[in-house]
Amino acid sequence: MTAYIVRRVIAAIFLLIAVTMITFGIFFLVPRLAGETSTQLAAQYVGRDPSPEALAAVEKNLGFDQPIYQQWWEFAHGIVAGRTFRYGPDASVCHVPCFGYSFKSHLPVWPEIVSRLPVTISLAAGAAVIWVVTGVAIGVLSALKRGSVFDRLSMGLALAGVSLPIFFTALLSLALFSYKWPIFPNLQYVPLTQDPLLWAKNLVLPWVTLAFLYSALYARLTRAGMLETMSEDYIRTARAKGLPERQVVVRHGLRAALTPIITIFGLDLGLLLGGAVLTETAFSLPGVGQYAVEAITDNDLPQILAVTTLAAFFIVAANLVVDVLYVAVDPRVRYK
Amino acid sequence: MTSPLDVTGSAAEAQPESVLAGVDQEKIEGRSLGQIAWIRFKRDKVAMAGGIVVVCLVLLAVLAKPIEGIFGLDPNAFHQELIDPVLLKPKGSFGGISWAHPLGVEPQYGRDLLARIIEGSWVSLAVAFGATILSVTIGTVLGVAAGYYGGWVDTVISRLMDIFLAFPLLLFAIALSASLQGGAFGLHGLTLHISVLIFVIGFFSWPYMGRIIRGQTLSLREREFVDAARSMGAHGHYILFKELLPNLVAPIIVYSTLLIPTNILFEAGLSFLGVGIQPPQASWGGMLNQSISLYQADPWFMVVPGLAIFITVLAFNLLGDGLRDALDPRSN
Repeated sequence: MTAYIVRRVIAAIFLLIAVTMITFGIFFLVPRLAGETSTQLAAQYVGRDPSPEALAAVEKNLGFDQPIYQQWWEFAHGIVAGRTFRYGPDASVCHVPCFGYSFKSHLPVWPEIVSRLPVTISLAAGAAVIWVVTGVAIGVLSALKRGSVFDRLSMGLALAGVSLPIFFTALLSLALFSYKWPIFPNLQYVPLTQDPLLWAKNLVLPWVTLAFLYSALYARLTRAGMLETMSEDYIRTARAKGLPERQVVVRHGLRAALTPIITIFGLDLGLLLGGAVLTETAFSLPGVGQYAVEAITDNDLPQILAVTTLAAFFIVAANLVVDVLYVAVDPRVRYK
Repeated sequence: MTSPLDVTGSAAEAQPESVLAGVDQEKIEGRSLGQIAWIRFKRDKVAMAGGIVVVCLVLLAVLAKPIEGIFGLDPNAFHQELIDPVLLKPKGSFGGISWAHPLGVEPQYGRDLLARIIEGSWVSLAVAFGATILSVTIGTVLGVAAGYYGGWVDTVISRLMDIFLAFPLLLFAIALSASLQGGAFGLHGLTLHISVLIFVIGFFSWPYMGRIIRGQTLSLREREFVDAARSMGAHGHYILFKELLPNLVAPIIVYSTLLIPTNILFEAGLSFLGVGIQPPQASWGGMLNQSISLYQADPWFMVVPGLAIFITVLAFNLLGDGLRDALDPRSN
């Protein structure tokens, strides 16, 4: 078991290295494909109308004149061990994990992202609790009462749920419940530590909007999984040996049906932690996703790199956790 | 209810010859998978409805320009006279619905919403179809290669798919389309925006298709009919193209149909974030982006493109679900 986890962690690290390499490569290559030179890249750090000397100095200090692999190495090295940038006589130390300085604000990128993480985590975690509970419950009930009015109604609703663009449901819920009937007026993110009640109240609409989409997905998946497992032989065996129906459904049916759901849940949560871009934009929540969109509109390369690396980290980490959790859920999985 | 063992009817007394003659008259025809699927699909009313809507939408998108010409709809003509100069919202209720503007007009500028919805339909479907074709092609080729050849080919392609699936897809697509908007592939303007969107969406969604096709190929490869073909001396390309690919057509059709609505949502999302289709070209996502700042003055403006996306995506989802049920008897 320990050996398995170690192996998985090493594989995850390699995956992350590959992701940063490709991200770096694409963002190194794309501006050049569009015809940008390293001097123009450096110009983004210097003020208006820079002198050629100042440009050349910045280009050299930030390493834009180096070959791509060396630039990547410095970037990766900065994340793990910090980095020191030299501007002539001045030097600025960028602490671990160093993702460099923003083109626009000239401030270190990492502290800014960290300050926005609580928003994204609040949004994703709250929504996840709602969608797992409602999605799985609706899916199980629909499967058990297949063909009933409840099943048809909830599956119809679920199909509508997966067909609605989330930014439209977000705007619709804002227009209805924040503007027309102001149940949740002046939606603004309030930190949990500042006022837990207001924090929850102002997040209800984003939570429900996000959870609606995912509940619909999970209800469909759970229903399909339950229908398949409930027709297995071992379910008949469990019934034949006289187990109460509740135990047959929960211990035997649901447990097997949940395994693929857990995989998808890990991926979805990892993806959302890296920024619920559309939801955050629609509700103007100052989370990582909104930060990413701002970074991209500003064409701020260090910010873009940092936020994509962080998002990839969440996805890989979530996958790792899921793989390890499999032991608890699925006894058929053996680790060698 | 008669038991099958109860042979007291006319069939038992009939002469063998006449039984044979009956068989000869009503010739038993073999039905292809397509015919069987069509018979099943026709019975599924909901899927049929979805299919009809899809056909109408595709026609609307293909004929968008002629339709605009015939009815004199101009998606970019300003009608400032229809806008309340103080509130910036259209005069009249429901976004200024009138005979001249059946879906109302846009707040602020007063452009005709029907024209902009029609204009947005071809952009949306062009991107969705293009991206789907791209990702299905890459996914099928690599998926079949991984499943059929196995060994190191499978390892390399599977790892590649893992890496792609670990990418923060939406972030990457946003960043890439934003940085490519300046110019790429020697294109510019609307052609550039559409090509970039097709490339970005198609390039990032192939691993989903690749995984499905790889799995299907792996299980097909071990089936008896492939062994039979091999034992009769068929090998290599013959098995690949004559035995495996025909059996992959059904899943490819089903998952392509289900990929289109995902790609429509993807395109709308990118345009909503402002990195997809650029104004003044009308797009559904772009209209929703405009409505962020305008929904309080004119909620109708948000409902029209939102419903357009919803109806389109729902229709494709219904069609895809119906096709899956019709083509794959094991499902359901």
